Amino acid sequence: MSGLSGRAAIVGIGATEFSKESGRSELQLSVEAVQHALADCGLTPADVDGLTTFTMDTSSEIAVARELGIKELRFFSRINYGGGAACATVQQAAMAVATGVADVVVCYRGFNERSESRFGQFSVAAATQVNTNGLDNAWSYPMGLGTPAATVAMQARRYMHEYGATSADFGAVAVADRRHAATNPDAFFFGKPITIEDHQASRMIADPLHLLDCCQESDGAVALVVVSAERARDLARKPAFIAAAAQGSGADQFVMTSYYRDDIGIPEMGVVGRELWRQSGLRPDDMPMAILYDHFTPYVLMQLEELGFCGRGEAPDFVRDGAIELGGRLPLNTHGGQLGEAYIHGMNGIAEGVRQIRGTSVNPVEAAASSHVLVTAGTGVPTSGLILSA
Amino acid sequence: MIRPMINRDSQFFWDGTAVDELRIQRCNACAELRFPPGPACPDCGALDRGFVVSGGVGTVFSYIVHRHPPVPGKELPIVIALVDLDEGVRMVGEVVDVADDQIEIGMRLRVDYHHVDDDLTLPVWRVAEEDQ
Repeated sequence: MSGLSGRAAIVGIGATEFSKESGRSELQLSVEAVQHALADCGLTPADVDGLTTFTMDTSSEIAVARELGIKELRFFSRINYGGGAACATVQQAAMAVATGVADVVVCYRGFNERSESRFGQFSVAAATQVNTNGLDNAWSYPMGLGTPAATVAMQARRYMHEYGATSADFGAVAVADRRHAATNPDAFFFGKPITIEDHQASRMIADPLHLLDCCQESDGAVALVVVSAERARDLARKPAFIAAAAQGSGADQFVMTSYYRDDIGIPEMGVVGRELWRQSGLRPDDMPMAILYDHFTPYVLMQLEELGFCGRGEAPDFVRDGAIELGGRLPLNTHGGQLGEAYIHGMNGIAEGVRQIRGTSVNPVEAAASSHVLVTAGTGVPTSGLILSA
Repeated sequence: MIRPMINRDSQFFWDGTAVDELRIQRCNACAELRFPPGPACPDCGALDRGFVVSGGVGTVFSYIVHRHPPVPGKELPIVIALVDLDEGVRMVGEVVDVADDQIEIGMRLRVDYHHVDDDLTLPVWRVAEEDQ
């Protein structure tokens, strides 16, 4: 086990409602989520001395601190690359509290990415940003490739070609997510399960991706409170100890368009996986469940392979027959995932991991409350992951 | 129409399309070809670089048919492919004049040039004669 393993814990979780039109500012959403997360663990803004978020977030650490009445911050940081930042915000917080750089760090992410700047649309801003990401996008956006779904579809088509995967194999992820969302009152798709026939009949967005392969666009915010393991034991809630926290970037890495390496795929998640297993001393077999980032279904299959739950090309078989649903051998995304609950850039998945460790998920996996939950962040981008432990 | 961000490392490529050339960066020290271009050679570290002009023929490595949502300057659906050039590098490009049920992995393509205006020429791809 590494020096970070078990040194910090997530002790508080908070969120706004998940909607298509929040009716308030992105800053207000984040502030509300942080207030809820602090109340959840019995801390106050006066206890907070660190804040961390996504580079993409529109609400700066200092703006959030002002609204919350936090007077001084000793630690603040941001992580780049869209949803790939999710678990890395917790890694930042864990490193800060484990080293004593800060005592109470809150990770937050809040946006109106349905009612304001829609994430599923063609992003002119991504193509015109004045930095190397914008220069990288010169090789795809002008050619017409510039929506998240389209960039993933290119990977999905090759995966189908190489391994014989089918659209219905991708659909197994959507069916599992929506089944779990159907019994989660906080999920946007509460009470609305789908069948594989619904998935196959949904309209094509970017062949081979159907509408039901794509996550939602959501308004909302999530916040997570991280403290040292010692302090965690004195707080109100059962801690979710951070057994491992890793980032990963692969060879010849791009943002959503890592198309120029021989084996395109998502080897950056392999980097994360190997580091999670190294830090924690655990193995895939030790995980009774997982929260795998699911903005698009094909990447869930590819993650199962990169993380070592099955071999390369074996995920289509792995996900068959309800294996990734409650009661299966590896239930995934028990909150309903980003297809079913909401797309809060992976942060809502970390919150669900904490609920499973606490035993308070609406879809509990019994073994998780006495063992571990693996959580991953955005795929197709430099990314991150966590192993949470009881 | 989305215009590419261009800097002094990539200017040569767009200067090439303007005169109907598909230019691939080549390291002047070790001769390694590279796409997308950049200021240093990842293989040997040399900063001295030039380019070769591609023969403009390649093979479909993967593809999509983009149907939703709208793409600025495009009438949907459009077919977009990853093209493995015969020289050994890979590019993203729109495939024009191809039916969405005709495109497939392994298909041979040949480059063409879409002169948008005085400032921009985009490479596009057509099914190569040998594959028709």
